[in-house]
Amino acid sequence: MTAEDQAHRDGEQPVLELRHVSTHYGLVSVLRDVNVRILRGEMVCLLGGNASGKTTTLKTILGYVKPSDGDVLLDGEIVTGLPTMQLVARGVSMVPENRRLFSNMTVAENLELGGYLRKDKDKLAADREQVLQTFPRVRERLKQKAGTLSGGEQQMVAMGRALMADPKVLLMDEPSMGLAPVLVEQVFEIIRQIRALGKTIFVVEQNANMALSIADRGYVLQTGEIVLSGDAQELLNDPLMRQAYLGEL
Amino acid sequence: MAEGTDLQPAPSPATARLGRLQRLPLRRLIQIVLAILIIGFVVLGTYKTLNLPPDERYDPSTWKAFVISGVAQGGIYALIALGYTLVYGVLRMINFAHGEVFMMGCFASFFFADAYASSGLLNRHPFYALAIIFAIAMLTSCLIAMLLERVAYRPLRNSPRLVPLITAIGASLFLQNTAFGLFGPQTQAYPVPDVLGGDRTWTILGITMQRIQVVVIVTAVVAVIGLTLFISRTRTGRSIRAVAEDREIASLMGIDVDRTIMITFALGGLLAGVAGVQFGLTFGQVSPYIGFTPGIAAFTASVLGGIGSIGGAALGGLLLGLLQAVGPPLLFTGFNIPAPFQLQDVITFSVLVLVLIFRPGGILGSGEAEKV
Ligand SMILES: Nc1ncnc2c1ncn2[C@@H]1O[C@H](COP(=O)(O)OP(=O)(O)O)[C@@H](O)[C@H]1O
Ligand SMILES: [Mg+2]
Repeated sequence: MTAEDQAHRDGEQPVLELRHVSTHYGLVSVLRDVNVRILRGEMVCLLGGNASGKTTTLKTILGYVKPSDGDVLLDGEIVTGLPTMQLVARGVSMVPENRRLFSNMTVAENLELGGYLRKDKDKLAADREQVLQTFPRVRERLKQKAGTLSGGEQQMVAMGRALMADPKVLLMDEPSMGLAPVLVEQVFEIIRQIRALGKTIFVVEQNANMALSIADRGYVLQTGEIVLSGDAQELLNDPLMRQAYLGEL
Repeated sequence: MAEGTDLQPAPSPATARLGRLQRLPLRRLIQIVLAILIIGFVVLGTYKTLNLPPDERYDPSTWKAFVISGVAQGGIYALIALGYTLVYGVLRMINFAHGEVFMMGCFASFFFADAYASSGLLNRHPFYALAIIFAIAMLTSCLIAMLLERVAYRPLRNSPRLVPLITAIGASLFLQNTAFGLFGPQTQAYPVPDVLGGDRTWTILGITMQRIQVVVIVTAVVAVIGLTLFISRTRTGRSIRAVAEDREIASLMGIDVDRTIMITFALGGLLAGVAGVQFGLTFGQVSPYIGFTPGIAAFTASVLGGIGSIGGAALGGLLLGLLQAVGPPLLFTGFNIPAPFQLQDVITFSVLVLVLIFRPGGILGSGEAEKV
């Protein structure tokens, strides 16, 4: 953790925090001493190349894998290794890598599954309406099988589905992956819109330029270790960063 | 099924292309020859049967009876087949102990039916007695299916696919031998209320049917419709479909995957229980071995319709029931075979093998359509 990071909104309790988290798959160490703090209303990105451990970080947060060391905290409470459904119940949602919609179900059913655990029917209906207002294209496709949508539309449904849970913190795993450049722009525009709704967002990306251009802060992951962190603007101007990740050799 | 045949390492793209060039025509050729042989046999058998001297021929009303009994038998198969298909849908596993789940339901209801028969309740209040008998069978099969899931399959959830399969066969033998030990090996008479007695008929829409057949067909239709509505309309049904499609993402929605899988087994058990009573009433008997043949037949039916598909299981059951009832007299009597109806199981296995050769996805399944 760098000094300025420590100072950042000092004393405030993070919505989501990783404390000295290490994760192994069997004997293979994938994450080593990862520390991340995400404050309310912030948009934070985790940058890293292929196989650097980005997805594993999210899976550790959601309890798909248990860390071998360290803790995950949600609103200051230790939630390390709880079953996924309990983390979801406590307000963590994710837009998974490659969207992973239920492609045999309709778009409407996908959205409803996003709000599966919710009991507050009125608020749920309002949130659904908000999602459909944010993504008018999704409204037009409600009765269609999700598998028949285009990649960009699927990404909107995946985000809508995650928003239906009214999450405390929204995780996104490489939302730009596998999309044409035009669509990548669109997706980041959508993320900006979601941010405008006041959501706390933790997005994992390889596309460092794009991610930093809309995030407040960023962390850089390299073979399972955080090697850099700081304000998005600083990272964009960091010489090491420019050299290693922003394609300036 | 298609995935499970993948025993060889994937060849490199270049050899794969070459291999396909060489292999495809040969496989096609075998399929075509096989198809011609089968069609030839079916045409010949049918021709010979229909051209028997009049005194050896079946009359039209007998054919009608064959068809109706085929539909009724198909209803029983469909209900068992739904259990295979549901479990396959969520776990991609064939629950080979499902035939025994069915047998146990039949047995449990037998004890009640037997007691009601000797106390006279069965004939005094056949409707209430039958309602209780159905409930007991459904409850028993449901509990055994849930127990199987919890004890035998859940601990193996993340093992290689072969492991739960072997366990399923073990569980099947376990249940069969348990019934053998507790209830004895002998075949016992399953009591049938007089109102449903063998020669009593109802005429519906101009078709005269044995009353038992009417009961079987009606309960089967109600059960299939009920299940379809449950799966497509309810929140739990939706969670079952979600788990079937993507377990990891289902849990990301907050769905309790373990609970959902258990509910799926429970549903399969309920339907197997219904089938158990239908079987008892239709054949008037029960023994520890009754699970085997209907189990294999229903498994065949689910593969025929497209395993993983609910509509497919119902359709496959119906088709297989019809094939078994109409096939032997139509195809074999012309050849003067002494006991054509003993060849029912030959038909079952032929259908299974042929589906796997010609259309491994089944009738309704190209793989994806309407997976549970
Ligand atoms: N289930 C798994 N079992 C073993 N190793 C895994 C598993 N998932 C990922 N890994 C390994 O962990 C490393 C990090 O993977 P991942 O977190 O998916 O990276 P990223 O999302 O940054 O591309 C990779 O080397 C990958 O091969
Ligand atoms: Mg990844």
